[in-house]
Amino acid sequence: MIHSLFIINSSGDVFLEKHWRSVVSRSVCDYYLEAQRANPNDVPPVIATPHHYLISIQRGGVSLVAVCMQEVPPLFVIEFLHRVVDTFQDYFSDCTESVIKENYVVVYELLDEMLDNGFPLATESNILKELIKPPNILRTIANTVTGKSNVSDSLPTGQLSNIPWRRTGVKYTNNEAYFDVVEEVDAIIDKAGVTVFAEIQGYIDCCIKLSGMPDLTLSFMNPRLFDDVSFHPCVRFRRWEAERVLSFIPPDGNFRLMSYHISSQSVVAIPIYVRHNLSIKTGEQGRLDVTVGPKQTLGRAVEGVKIEILMPKCILNCCLTSNQGKYNYDPVSKILHWDIGRIDVTKLPNIRGSVSIATGANTSEINPSINVHFTINQLAISSLKVNRLDMYGEKYKPFKGVKYITKAGRFQIRM
Amino acid sequence: MTDSKYFTTTKKGEIFELKSELNNDKKEKKKEAVKKVIASMTVGKDVSALFPDVVNCMQTDNLELKKLVYLYLMNYAKSQPDMAIMAVNTFVKDCEDPNPLIRALAVRTMGCIRVDKITEYLCEPLRKCLKDEDPYVRKTAAVCVAKLYDISSSLVEDQGFLDQLKDLLSDSNPMVVANAVAALSEINESSPTGQPLVEFNTNTINKLLTALNECTEWGQVFILDSLANYSPKDEREAQSICERITPRLAHANAAVVLSAVKVLMKLMEILSGDSDFCATLSKKLAPPLVTLLSSEPEVQYVALRNINLIVQKRPDILKHEMKVFFVKYNDPIYVKLEKLDIMIRLASQANIAQVLSELKEYATEVDVDFVRKAVRAIGRCAIKVEPSAERCVSTLLDLIQTKVNYVVQEAIVVIKDIFRKYPNKYESIISTLCENLDTLDEPEARASMVWIIGEYAERIDNADELLDSFLEGFADENAQVQLQLLTAVVKLFLKRPAHTQALVQHVLSLATQDSDNPDLRDRGFIYWRLLSTDPAAAKEVVLADKPLISEETDLLEPTLLDELICHISSLASVYHKPPTAFVEGRSAGIRKSLPARQGSAEESGTAQPEATVIPNQESLIGDLLSMDIGSSIPTPAVSAQPTSNIDLLGGGLDSLLGGGSGTDLSAGSVPTTTGLLGDIFGITTTSTMYTPPKACWLPAEKGKGLEIWGAFSRRNGQISMDLTFTNKAMQAMTGFAIQFNKNSFGLAPSAPLNIGALQPSQSLETGLTLNTNGPVQRMEPLTTLQVAVKNNVDIFYYACQIPIQILFIEDGQLDKRVFLTTWKDIPAANEVQYTLNEVKGTADTLANKMTHNNIFTIAKRNVEGQDMLYQSLKLTNNIWVLLELKLQPGVTHATLSLKSRSVEVAAPIFQAYDTILKLV
Repeated sequence: MIHSLFIINSSGDVFLEKHWRSVVSRSVCDYYLEAQRANPNDVPPVIATPHHYLISIQRGGVSLVAVCMQEVPPLFVIEFLHRVVDTFQDYFSDCTESVIKENYVVVYELLDEMLDNGFPLATESNILKELIKPPNILRTIANTVTGKSNVSDSLPTGQLSNIPWRRTGVKYTNNEAYFDVVEEVDAIIDKAGVTVFAEIQGYIDCCIKLSGMPDLTLSFMNPRLFDDVSFHPCVRFRRWEAERVLSFIPPDGNFRLMSYHISSQSVVAIPIYVRHNLSIKTGEQGRLDVTVGPKQTLGRAVEGVKIEILMPKCILNCCLTSNQGKYNYDPVSKILHWDIGRIDVTKLPNIRGSVSIATGANTSEINPSINVHFTINQLAISSLKVNRLDMYGEKYKPFKGVKYITKAGRFQIRM
Repeated sequence: MTDSKYFTTTKKGEIFELKSELNNDKKEKKKEAVKKVIASMTVGKDVSALFPDVVNCMQTDNLELKKLVYLYLMNYAKSQPDMAIMAVNTFVKDCEDPNPLIRALAVRTMGCIRVDKITEYLCEPLRKCLKDEDPYVRKTAAVCVAKLYDISSSLVEDQGFLDQLKDLLSDSNPMVVANAVAALSEINESSPTGQPLVEFNTNTINKLLTALNECTEWGQVFILDSLANYSPKDEREAQSICERITPRLAHANAAVVLSAVKVLMKLMEILSGDSDFCATLSKKLAPPLVTLLSSEPEVQYVALRNINLIVQKRPDILKHEMKVFFVKYNDPIYVKLEKLDIMIRLASQANIAQVLSELKEYATEVDVDFVRKAVRAIGRCAIKVEPSAERCVSTLLDLIQTKVNYVVQEAIVVIKDIFRKYPNKYESIISTLCENLDTLDEPEARASMVWIIGEYAERIDNADELLDSFLEGFADENAQVQLQLLTAVVKLFLKRPAHTQALVQHVLSLATQDSDNPDLRDRGFIYWRLLSTDPAAAKEVVLADKPLISEETDLLEPTLLDELICHISSLASVYHKPPTAFVEGRSAGIRKSLPARQGSAEESGTAQPEATVIPNQESLIGDLLSMDIGSSIPTPAVSAQPTSNIDLLGGGLDSLLGGGSGTDLSAGSVPTTTGLLGDIFGITTTSTMYTPPKACWLPAEKGKGLEIWGAFSRRNGQISMDLTFTNKAMQAMTGFAIQFNKNSFGLAPSAPLNIGALQPSQSLETGLTLNTNGPVQRMEPLTTLQVAVKNNVDIFYYACQIPIQILFIEDGQLDKRVFLTTWKDIPAANEVQYTLNEVKGTADTLANKMTHNNIFTIAKRNVEGQDMLYQSLKLTNNIWVLLELKLQPGVTHATLSLKSRSVEVAAPIFQAYDTILKLV
């Protein structure tokens, strides 16, 4: 299992190490740093060294490198590292070098609580928060005055119950349950505008602030849409299998209830189109003309539209005019950013102009692609609809709300 | 107020200052000081000098301070063992504390202190904690046993902690069960003998399955991994485990999903492949695998490496999911390369158009490695999906037109492979290739181009000029290119001897006199001698037909694949190597293998557990004919394993060199006594077992003049292959040898072929006695046998069908009662029915005829005017087959019902019945 953990900053310094078994010299990180130097953005997640295996993830400019010595499921380690980052973000609202450095002791206490002998011990945020209180200014002052610490001295209540994700005795004056149905469209669209591949990756994120031990049931109008689902452990799988309803005792606060995948059964609607034309002749000025418009949006406005064009290497600069939004071209990374915002259907956003080409460059191998970002509020592109939410086990009447959002995931257009 | 303040130092020296603060009377000061110490430790500073001062702070009611001291102890106790003893008393006391949190903390920390003296004191508290009333303490103690085992395995065994740990498997709390499983599997893993110390049985498995639903996600991974090591006793149990595990596929944690996939893939081996249950299970596996590909890139990478294995084992699962493997331009390179690999594996006639248009798109991307692999992929598609070859070639030509240097080079390398697969089909493009001659600067591309020129020398008008231009810089070329040049020039000379004599002499002298590369020199000498002594023989050797290449070359060796399937989700699955090959200290570990299906146990039981070590034949021939097949086909990550899908005559190629060297001749010409005896028995035997007439197995036009007719027979319990060799060529043939490929029943020759020299237009008969002790590998159809026959001319391959009746053994008679119970035991799903036509004779004559063929009639009944014959037979690999033959008097067709644990044998047996019954 996980032997040690090293956290490395962007300049390659190890600034935190934690060992759960014997101490492993930090020189083992050299293998990781070597791989990082060779390929800064694409470090392979699993690296074999003569005596150890390094499994790593990169987040917020820091790399978490777990050291293992035996056969171990890599996904297990990767998922655990993700959980470490989530916990840091939960505690310190960020996971960067400076934040970790500011909270060394809490970080160390957390890591010790999360893993024992390489086996995960407590990774549920509500259990950890009972064991080690998150730092905040008020508590720090109070602790200095009263001499108390942020480490709890009694066993967390949820730890061993059948519902480790929820603590007992939760109390709210306003009881509310909000559900965000977020759908991301992943697509590849080819030169001719034909969809090569499209799928929807959906999530239901919840913010639940309910007192006591509420037992919730969420049902859908059209649950047959799902190709694949994965649930938070709180969801009772049997009931889903039998009745296609989500029945669960929710964790307290924010969490992802479910994620789902829609691709094969239904045709995925593509809410946006990009008409593009890039003509290049050697030794000349080329011309670029791009228009964006809404496609299948069921009448909703497409907002937050951003376009990134990865230009061919031979293009030195762009001189463009747009009728909406701002653009900039980075000649080093060859990326043209165009921030459009909301699409006005009566006047479609357009950008056009000339591009200057490096003299003598080989222009035959041009293969630009467009990355598109957009958001559509109040629409789930798969037409998924929540039917109703019922609560059992508690007497009060909660506020309920469902919000639908469609976003671009990895939405690419080949030019 | 942040923790960074702990790093401020004064001039006096950090350690000194900390020391004085640690000894401060005020609690608060002490705590702050310990925090400073911890902070320094975190960044890797050595603060071990403060050991006594920190340990002094241990006796405290303040939990945070206690925890911090414990953290310190874990790190430094090893370097100060004598001082660490000071802490023991506090630990022992804390293990009795009323607060479970403190009890657990104490036992946990004690286990982390890897000092021998302390472990002695640990035993008693640990024993108590394993039986603690609080599950939190028990769960922590379970892990502590694993820690202790790591420090001193004998102590754990002597103190009986293993049994206590086993008891925890039945604990009421799922968290405790999960941790006990985790500890046990770690102990099993590190056991010195490689044998698991604790085996699971049906009872414990049931407990684990119950705990699975309720424990944490990490516990689920531990439990699933343990389940994967358990082999259910029958299909029913396997099915029920599958049913209880399938819900895990919908877990949010990717590790849980992949571990569940592992267990299911393994259990599917036990389930009969054609059942509905198996089909639905396959369907359920696809969506979660696809979903893993929408997660973070690192998860995707691990998932893809595993999918690569799954696709090779069960291609059906993901055959409709091609599109999810399409590459996005901003995928990390390691994800791109893996996706590409899987795309080729999934490529089929149905989706080839899509795949090709994608590959063409990728071939114009920016990343060089990826582009190269994409071009190679197009070549592999051409070889794999035959109808698409034409499109692939035209796509490659388009790519060559782009004139992008590395694309052109890569395309030439793959076009060479396409030429090898489809000889004499796409030669029209050679001229286009020749145009790009000057741009090639990589050895592999140059070598491929030279090979193409040599191979098609007769069609390229200026082949001699082209090769001559290469020769100018011969000394500077890479060894690979030099070897190719040598062979190409010799080929050219053999094809067009008129004007190329000077050229061939030049290259031979370059190779033999100016080169210090032994390979090159040796090959030069061989060619030289061949050409000077016997140009005809040289032609036979150098211009011989090359074995075809197939798309299978990049597949993992089946036994390795099966082993890796057992390791899905682990590091082994990422490296595609068995753990024994890379995990330290695991050399003694047992290798996992997929469970065998019942009934076919013998069949797979005798399969070779190790990868065959015979060198890949292709690479041997390839080297001789300088085709470098081995290197031209990408074999990612498996290059260490011989691909060995053809290991016929693997080692016996030496004779090819000398055109029948002396040793081989003498071995072949001395007839072995066993073979003769077999022959004599064969003629004088009185058995009336049916022997099919000889069939032509190798026609003369394929055998370069050698014609082989053959048949199988069984006489006196001895299987033999009767062969007639006829030489229809103009020259004598010598140096005969025969070898079988792995086959379903392990047939192998028990003696060498006793044919010496075969004069032109001479015909020789021989009987080859066979045994069933050879390597086993399932063939499709089951009774296929691939044979290689070698002589001084070449190696010839042919396949024939084994009539299954020769495999019925003499003691195939079952007792009546045994027959009855076995018939009932075999599930109805294993029953196959068949209608026999043109049945003549009464039940008795039929039964008699059957007995001669080792099909034994157990009982005969007459039910409502129908005659029922109950028969049994046994195959050489101990598969029992039970049959029920229903005859209606006066009707020429009869119904045959067959029951066996492995119903695969049904079809050939029905065929055997047909042939036997047709005999008069």
